[in-house]
Amino acid sequence: MDTVKLTIDNKQVEVKAGTTIYQAAKDAGIDIPVLCYMNLHDMGIENKPAGCRICVVEVEGRKNLAPSCSTPCQDGMEVKTNTVRVLNARKTVLEFILSDHPKDCLICPKSGDCELQDLAIKLGIRNIPGEDIAEVSTYRLDTSPSIIRDLDKCIMCRRCETMCNDIQTVGALSAINRGFRAVVAPAFEQNLEHSSCTYCGQCVAVCPTGALTEADHTNEVLRHLANPAKTVVVQTAPAVRAALGEEFSMRPGTLVTGKMVAALRQLGFDYVFDTDFAADLTIMEEGTELLRRLSAHIDGDKNVKLPILTSCCPGWVNFFETYFPDLKDIPSSARSPQQMFGTIAKTYFAGKKNIKREDMVVVSVMPCLAKKYECQREEFSSNGNPDVDLSISTRELAAFIRQANIDFRSLGEESFDNPLGESSGAGVIFGTTGGVIEAAVRTAYEMYTGKTLERVDFEELRGMEGVREASIDFDGLELNIGIAHGLGNARKLLDDIRSGKSKYHAIEIMACPGGCIGGGGQPRHHGKSEILKARASALYLEDRNKAIRKSHENPFIRELYSSFLGRPNSGKAHNLLHTGYFDKKKKIIVKQ
Amino acid sequence: MDKKIKQLRLVLRNCGFIDPENIDEAIARDAYLSMGKVITEMHPAEAIKIVKESGLRGRGGGGFPTGLKWEFACNNKADRKYVVCNADEGDPGAFMDRSVLEGDPHSVIEAMAICAYCIGAGEGLIYIRAEYPLAIKRLKTAIAQAREYGLLGKNILGTGFSFDIELRYGAGAFVCGEETALIHSMEGLRGEPTVKPPFPAESGYHGKPTNVNNVETLACIPVIFSKGADWFSKIGTERSKGTKVFALAGKVNNVGLVEVPMGTSLREVIFEIGGGINNDRKFKAVQTGGPSGGCLTEEHLDTPIDFDNLIEAGSMMGSGGMIVMDEDDCMVSVAKFYLDFTVEESCGKCAPCRIGNKRLYELLDHICKGKGDMADLDRLRNMSEVIKDTALCGLGQTSPNPVLSTLDNFYDEYLAHVMDKKCPAGQCRGLMEFFIIEENCVGCTACARVCPVNAIAGERKEPHKINKGICIKCGACMEKCKFDAIIIQ
Amino acid sequence: MKRLESYDDLRKLRNETREKISSYSDPKNAANRVIIRVGMGTSGIASGATQVLEFFREALRKRNIDAEVLMSGDMGYSYAEPTVQVTRPGTPPLVFGDVDTHRADEIIEKYIRQGEPVDGVIPVDYLTIEEI
Repeated sequence: MDTVKLTIDNKQVEVKAGTTIYQAAKDAGIDIPVLCYMNLHDMGIENKPAGCRICVVEVEGRKNLAPSCSTPCQDGMEVKTNTVRVLNARKTVLEFILSDHPKDCLICPKSGDCELQDLAIKLGIRNIPGEDIAEVSTYRLDTSPSIIRDLDKCIMCRRCETMCNDIQTVGALSAINRGFRAVVAPAFEQNLEHSSCTYCGQCVAVCPTGALTEADHTNEVLRHLANPAKTVVVQTAPAVRAALGEEFSMRPGTLVTGKMVAALRQLGFDYVFDTDFAADLTIMEEGTELLRRLSAHIDGDKNVKLPILTSCCPGWVNFFETYFPDLKDIPSSARSPQQMFGTIAKTYFAGKKNIKREDMVVVSVMPCLAKKYECQREEFSSNGNPDVDLSISTRELAAFIRQANIDFRSLGEESFDNPLGESSGAGVIFGTTGGVIEAAVRTAYEMYTGKTLERVDFEELRGMEGVREASIDFDGLELNIGIAHGLGNARKLLDDIRSGKSKYHAIEIMACPGGCIGGGGQPRHHGKSEILKARASALYLEDRNKAIRKSHENPFIRELYSSFLGRPNSGKAHNLLHTGYFDKKKKIIVKQ
Repeated sequence: MDKKIKQLRLVLRNCGFIDPENIDEAIARDAYLSMGKVITEMHPAEAIKIVKESGLRGRGGGGFPTGLKWEFACNNKADRKYVVCNADEGDPGAFMDRSVLEGDPHSVIEAMAICAYCIGAGEGLIYIRAEYPLAIKRLKTAIAQAREYGLLGKNILGTGFSFDIELRYGAGAFVCGEETALIHSMEGLRGEPTVKPPFPAESGYHGKPTNVNNVETLACIPVIFSKGADWFSKIGTERSKGTKVFALAGKVNNVGLVEVPMGTSLREVIFEIGGGINNDRKFKAVQTGGPSGGCLTEEHLDTPIDFDNLIEAGSMMGSGGMIVMDEDDCMVSVAKFYLDFTVEESCGKCAPCRIGNKRLYELLDHICKGKGDMADLDRLRNMSEVIKDTALCGLGQTSPNPVLSTLDNFYDEYLAHVMDKKCPAGQCRGLMEFFIIEENCVGCTACARVCPVNAIAGERKEPHKINKGICIKCGACMEKCKFDAIIIQ
Repeated sequence: MKRLESYDDLRKLRNETREKISSYSDPKNAANRVIIRVGMGTSGIASGATQVLEFFREALRKRNIDAEVLMSGDMGYSYAEPTVQVTRPGTPPLVFGDVDTHRADEIIEKYIRQGEPVDGVIPVDYLTIEEI
């Protein structure tokens, strides 16, 4: 391995050739501030346009200051990160950035979690020279069901663009205009709603400022909770419990399931249920569909579509509806767990409790921003009454808990209500990449072979590789499984299917890198991929600790089928738990 | 050499002497002979050595040794390589490249083929701004004619060397003259520069080694091979060889293109070739290097023009714009004018250029309006130095030059603006005061009637007065007065 | 046009074209025709060079003067566009500046026909690469 030797702030450093000055300094305990730079190295996600110029350093013999994030170390380099020249330049550049930024920190949704604010604190900015004569660039506020774009706060770090184009290959966001008017926006400054945006929320997840935030629904939730005529039911997605603690300074990967349930009860929800229950239900429906298609295929049916694709991720659904509408009969028709929960709550459960549909409000807590859009889709409502009324993110729930004066860390552990609160371990791992397909395999194996599955943990399906594959032996039948997380990776598998080259029987796709644990509604990872890994481990731990680890063994699921739905994929199940897909190309407007 | 003759037409050798749409006329004047010689008689390394020995440096502004650039591109092995001609001439008032392309397109085509042979490229691209329709038309004609003769295309002159050229059009973004931005633009991406390294010679167009040269640089190449590196390197100064074409503009009598050997003084260019200042006014400054250059003064007039001397004097060669200013030009306004251009033309990628230049412009405007103070001058310098030190590409790194050079060379004028609230050149409206000379005023009331804000009062047939607090300095009264009674102070 | 197959082909073509062109532009050859080159770059055209070129063609034809009217790029004298280079047989070329149809007429009648001086001659203020 080639190494280079250099000095940084008079420290002797030896690093691998190609290492950036920023990384070399960091390894040597010198923390050069960065703003636009972001590197989730384990996930292959890197953003270094070298545009903010905050990380500049002095390199002996070089005419100008060098951006440390994108300047490779060279042998014999003498780097200074804190000379008067550097400090003055860094401060002046930050003053430039702040001079074109609203000063409404007090009421900004990102206040306290803003990298620009942190930097202003770190560099001790106390005034912005020339503020009185400085024009501030302003843009039209763009609100969509999931994402709010307040581009007055955009600092052109281009992280969102990297996520949207390079990682997700969605291509909704790119830099437009020149000079002072340059900003990141959909083509021709259309609203997100008329772009190819899938609402995956990865742009929001990486935005360092308040330019990209979620559409906040906490106030509406509060209004429903305050209304005694309403029965308010809440469901929590699996990935939420693995990340919510971070908002309360708990170590990443801390499972807070019990505290979360306690908090939700204190907030006044009438029933605290678990989306994991609906995940088990999804497995019953999707697994049955898989086996049906698979058997038909084995029996020589040429019309049967394989591979089957999972359909629980709404960002992914939006993606294929936009980019692969010709393949829209390939994904499973099973609705997502959020929506399955909504219909079951408003039919089965409401019936049981004698609550009128209009008097029940279903709220979901999701790691996801696309869920906000999903619950507004017309097909998921009955006479204008949505199956899921409101979806809030993990971050919104945390803010809600803080507002309600709840000391989250000292809460005791409580359990979900029944009947929609019990889940298997299979439902839990839905929250991480590979989890849905592992859950499906556990059930499908037993359904298909009629034998008991002894080995429940499928390590071969786990991990953080962007595209993974495995073959599972179904008692003589080799089931080929593909897994992709991140829409760019999904695109690769979809292109193969389109060109007839795919060898898989089933493919799991999640829109966000890492799966739901890395969702656009989760506490911000601030570029630390170890946080995502810790969250995934937490879900696998919860799975291991569960008494029941296969969806079809969940007694409440069995009860639901025997007393209400009949059997998986029955006519009633089809009406309530399945859906169809649409060509979304039409909604895109690409003219000025 | 005749002492009085200062110009040497090397780049412009054929401009005006051949029909650019008739390849035979170009060939009659030796077009493609250098290419023929290189591809039949020389090894690429030999040819690169000649370019290196000639001392030719890039004429687009950077001044990087051309031979060295070719050598880098040659040494980077790849299945495909590209030669790019940068014809995105964007400096306001500059038209050297346009004239070469309109008058002698074959010189550029020939040079690109030589370069391609040297670095091992098979494809050439000319990135030309769409605002040059005539140059585009002539280039297309020239390329088509060269193809017919087999001077472009497969197996050129039976040597087995193949090379062809396509055009790519720029949409008028100044920053696309920066080579990495130019390459992104050709790839269909946003015209934005990226950090170097990697240099285009390693990873350029579609990630392949790419050599980008400016039109004027390329136009020198055939001459270097026909006359020899030694001949070429005898022209010019120690570190800047050959000639330079300037687009002479501003308050000078003979506006136009000028080609002089490197080392010619500014005085010779402005006063001898340029015929001196218009209307016998006094020379004040000359701005070289386009919007990113600086303003030089009387004391620099005898400096021999070359890459290094101009930088030392606080300006730069740039692509060859040269704008002459006289005593009626306000240097603060001049700096503001150039900043206005860079603010418009910044791509917006890096913060110092996107926001910093805007702030520089605003502060200059503030000073021109008479609202500046001494602290503003310090701030102007600090902002300029930081932008220069931190901006991503050449555009931002040089955009504060007009401010810094005027601060250095015309500090008195800045002081007059902020301390005395006066514009010595009488250009800044905000600092003007209109005044009625009592003796000349006959009280005709014409001025009072034309004043849009009713700032002028007075009895009929009595001298009038201008209320300074109301006056918006539009100048309508002065225009109307038939008795020369209204003056600016 | 015939494809050139070798460097020799190219050199041969160079000699041929040179001869052909010198047959109408060599100042030493008194039997030659008058050669007029109008600077047709953007600066020239913007100042009216197209009309001047047309005028020369038309007028010379009508007045039965044996002349070749050609175009070229601009010579760089932006302050004096349109510029026209006139070569009378046996004399070195002269470049006239600020040529409008009026002056073009004067050039034809006075200079081309009679060799009399006409205003607007731009002195040669440059060396060529052959000269050094």
